[in-house]
Amino acid sequence: MDGNQLLTAALFLAVVLLTIFITFRASRSTSGTNDFYAGGCSFSGFQNGLAIGGDYMSAASFLGISGTIAIYGYDGFLYSIGFLVAWLVALLLVAEMLRNSGRYTMADQLAYRMRQRPVRTAAATSTVVVSIFYLLAQMVGAGLLVNLLLGVESEFVKNVTIFVVGGLMIFYVTVGGMKGTTWVQIIKAVLLMFGSLLIILLVLAHFSFNLSDLLGTAASNSGNPDFLNPGGKYGVDTTSKIDFVSLGLALVLGTAGLPHILIRFYTVPTSRDARKSVLWAIGLIGAFYLMTLVLGFGATAMLSEGKMADVVESGGNLASVLLAEEVGGGEGSAGGAILLALIAAVAFATILAVVAGLTLTSSASVAHDLYNSVFRKGQASDVDELKVARIAAGVIGLIAIALAIPARNLNIAFLVALAFAVAASANLPSIVYNMFWRRFNTRGAVWSIYGGLISSVGLVFFSPVVSGKVAPDGKNLALLPKDIDFSWFPLENPAIVSVPLAFFLGWLGTVTSREPAAEERYTELEVRALTGAGAEGAISH
Amino acid sequence: MSPQTHDQADRHDPVYDHLHASAEFTELRSRYRRFVFPATAAFLVWYLLYVVLSMWAEDFMSEKVFGNINVALVFGLLQFVTTFAIAWLYSNYSTKRLDPLARALNERYEQEK
Repeated sequence: MDGNQLLTAALFLAVVLLTIFITFRASRSTSGTNDFYAGGCSFSGFQNGLAIGGDYMSAASFLGISGTIAIYGYDGFLYSIGFLVAWLVALLLVAEMLRNSGRYTMADQLAYRMRQRPVRTAAATSTVVVSIFYLLAQMVGAGLLVNLLLGVESEFVKNVTIFVVGGLMIFYVTVGGMKGTTWVQIIKAVLLMFGSLLIILLVLAHFSFNLSDLLGTAASNSGNPDFLNPGGKYGVDTTSKIDFVSLGLALVLGTAGLPHILIRFYTVPTSRDARKSVLWAIGLIGAFYLMTLVLGFGATAMLSEGKMADVVESGGNLASVLLAEEVGGGEGSAGGAILLALIAAVAFATILAVVAGLTLTSSASVAHDLYNSVFRKGQASDVDELKVARIAAGVIGLIAIALAIPARNLNIAFLVALAFAVAASANLPSIVYNMFWRRFNTRGAVWSIYGGLISSVGLVFFSPVVSGKVAPDGKNLALLPKDIDFSWFPLENPAIVSVPLAFFLGWLGTVTSREPAAEERYTELEVRALTGAGAEGAISH
Repeated sequence: MSPQTHDQADRHDPVYDHLHASAEFTELRSRYRRFVFPATAAFLVWYLLYVVLSMWAEDFMSEKVFGNINVALVFGLLQFVTTFAIAWLYSNYSTKRLDPLARALNERYEQEK
């Protein structure tokens, strides 16, 4: 290990120690399920806005989007915009109503007027599936990141990293609950914003704050005359264009269906605070995605040909990190080493915060929906439920580790896109129907959730991502070996089919069911969602 | 939370029926929907237009506006502007037009329950 790697390791360790310290502090004020799942509803809108940013801006955006811009040019930016615009769905249609009508999990607001057991089972299943895909993406990303930083290609290092990240996330969640997780996310958001801001200011200063200059240099370095124009990555043929529209749909409709985002709305005392949190989150996330534009084009404009080859080799993930080294003074300089270590530590903190949020969400759903409501018929004591939630966090963490190890070479962007597609298909339709359609009933909800879940995962299974995708040069791009090909669905992103299907199934299930609609419960839900009358409030200690 | 009943969720408090039937609630719901439905339709169409133009109107999107800044970049940045603007408008609208009604109804609930 040379001096630079030692510095990086020291900063990683500092991030880890800081988060461990915070988790212990948070554990002191965590006593019941309300603290564990919802942080006692005690966070302010601003704090929660930061935490939402910390929960949402994953390593895939920080490393992946800037990397996609650095390699493919403009098309990486298309991604960022989908991730941001999506927040309007959360702001206008979901956040406040969910805060008023639920308590701890996504299933709560469905269970408000449906038969408890089937809808909670369905919602918990989709929560766990979405969270596991997302978790895998982050853990695989962590393994990759550490390998990149150590400059080795070692499966052993990846496995060790996955174990460490998995162990830490189990620790944050079981010990610190929602309070610990939230503070880890807040710290990460602050580190990420300041880290990115520092780098982009240095990049912009290099070009005398002339964006056009920066873009021009990036375009000429890339050697691609269309580098600044859309279409570089997705515009190859009609199928890839439709594929991108499908991805865009998944991003825009998936965000407000991501369970780890939804449960953040329960951590504030009122729906007005939930609104404020989303407003803060939109500001932060918007600013961050604007910065990825400069990070991505900055990398192409400033990195040498040799460094750019490393970026391409890493699938783009190294772009921000190497850019940090470059603006700090380049390889071998003290400034370069410090900034590289700093940005690497920020990326690591990013991963830790996201995995903690995901583990907490799944364990809440397992304990609150499956264990208490389905298995114990709502009779479990608070102490029992809390115990089960902690055990569930441990088990989910172990499952994630066990899955991440064989998955360590999967493409992260694919896993994240899949999580968004499943969230958009399985979760969003029933949330929207439940809030706005009086007649919606249990069968509609269950059909919509399972239909969206099965169709989105199923279509990906039969897509070129899993089998039968071969690059023009003969390289295998699919998950399975080259000689296996059972793909028949042409798109890599299923949302354009699975989202309308889930909406259709929600309608069909509802109109074919003989179950009388719980009219008066909908009346109650509507009043409660819009006014907050009778909503779960903060618990004072 | 009142004890959870198990099958069909069935606790029901008649106070909600009164609130639901009140003129204030009807007004609150219609004000809410009058803003969010058109706004949602607008930003979804606006975003899809951007995606479709990026994919199928490359020549138009590649026009240079000034320097190296092309239509695609301006269009993309405008998506940020409209997102911030809709968020800001909704924040103002809900503070002025929704929150007072919601508060009044909530107070009635506290009195009647």
